Amino acid sequence: MSFELGLFCRDCGKQFPSQPLAGCDECFAPLEVAYDLKAVGRSLSRDALQSRPRTIWRYRELLPVPSSPAPHERPVGGTPLVAAPRLAAALGVRELYIKNDAVSFPTLSFKDRVVAMALSKAREFGFRTVACSSTGNLANALAAGAAAEGFEAYVFTPADLEEAKIAGTVIYGARLIKFSGNYDQVNRLCSELAQKYPWGIVNVNLRPYYAEGSKTVGYEIAEQLGWRLPGAVVCPMAGGSLIGKIAKAFDELQQLGWVAAESPVRICGAQATGCSPISTAVKQGQSEITPQRPATIARSLAIGNPADGFYAARTIIQSGGWAEDASDPEIVAAMRLLAQTEGIFAETAGGVTLASAQKLIAQNRIDRGRPLVLVITGNGLKTLDAVQQPEVTIPVLAPSLRQLEAYLATPLPPRSIGAEAQLVTA
Amino acid sequence: MSCKVRIPAPLQRFTDGADLLQSDAANLPALLGELTARFPELKDRLCEPDGRPRRFFNVYINDEDIRFLGGNNYQFAPGDEVLILPSIAGGKS
Repeated sequence: MSFELGLFCRDCGKQFPSQPLAGCDECFAPLEVAYDLKAVGRSLSRDALQSRPRTIWRYRELLPVPSSPAPHERPVGGTPLVAAPRLAAALGVRELYIKNDAVSFPTLSFKDRVVAMALSKAREFGFRTVACSSTGNLANALAAGAAAEGFEAYVFTPADLEEAKIAGTVIYGARLIKFSGNYDQVNRLCSELAQKYPWGIVNVNLRPYYAEGSKTVGYEIAEQLGWRLPGAVVCPMAGGSLIGKIAKAFDELQQLGWVAAESPVRICGAQATGCSPISTAVKQGQSEITPQRPATIARSLAIGNPADGFYAARTIIQSGGWAEDASDPEIVAAMRLLAQTEGIFAETAGGVTLASAQKLIAQNRIDRGRPLVLVITGNGLKTLDAVQQPEVTIPVLAPSLRQLEAYLATPLPPRSIGAEAQLVTA
Repeated sequence: MSCKVRIPAPLQRFTDGADLLQSDAANLPALLGELTARFPELKDRLCEPDGRPRRFFNVYINDEDIRFLGGNNYQFAPGDEVLILPSIAGGKS
């Protein structure tokens, strides 16, 4: 039995039967998937999850997917929640965890989760071709998912997409087209495409279903903490959807009675200073977004006109959280800090998250005594150009023990974190 | 000071099917006032009670988001093409 009730408008509340539609035809606000949460609670207990695989499908009753497992379902999700004591000490917090979607299956970013949802729905709606506009991670995830699940795929990106993300898309056979514009322009083109072509465009006409996949990050964090909610979570923001869905997941678990209602979770957002429409609004204490022209190495977060920006800002403010943003040097320094304290190599968005968290801690926006979770959304191998240091010379020695011993005897430089290798103060 | 106003498909049912209109409005607030007076059904969908455009629409002037051109302060130039596009678009209901 599926618990999905259909779609409803976030603004006027109008209800729609389940269909590939992202905006209300009455008031043009975004649509959201509705569930019979009470029925979920009656039908499913927390204990019943124990025997299920540790993937996104573990939480299927809370997702817009069929009620029974199906053969095409791939083992997506279930990424580690890594206790991070060394980084915690460096940050001056008591308990810190990394939600590590840098190792997400199959394409090393959290987009694998939302793509799995979109493809499940695309199959249900009878689409044979799927597409997306992307700053890179969604492109990879959709290309891989489409190949594995038998869809044709088109991927549209800005022209400055990193090489690793290009290769990581076309290898799966998807058709990648680059545009000489920024992401916002590419996204607008996809909206026009969705009006004309019978395609499942995952972040356009399948958006309400696609977005629900992000809730699994929240469910997993809670379960991995032993069915507890953290004191605060810091989440990077591009379009602004992920952070709201994590908050929604925590809220659903509280409604189900599966987590104790402790103090509210402070939902905190992180952006690059060079593309900070949402963090800017939050720091002004309001949720009306003024778009920006992105200029940041964190290209996966370079969305100047975030579709869910208003909702992200409102969620942050209402939760008692805050938002911060990080400059390009701060981003790189934080990538190094995470790698060198916890052995996790995150992409630039991960640097954004950690650098912003450092500022939020310094500002006392985050309670140092309560568990803190940083959401790492993608792998550092995808954004190598951000950390390549031409000025660092790697020694090349002749293969002789004497040469090596002579080299090792010379004072070696300390492991480099970067020019900003200190705790960021407010 | 005439500008062209493109009405996208989802909004055409509120403009008696018109997809292209002309206007002599000087700026966006004036244009919205003119459109909502002429097509009352557009009013609640397009505008907040204080007349500002609702956040679910982007306004483009010659393909450029008007918020990068000064927003309400932008003075329409003759021949400008104004496009009012739902920001959450996609799909046919």
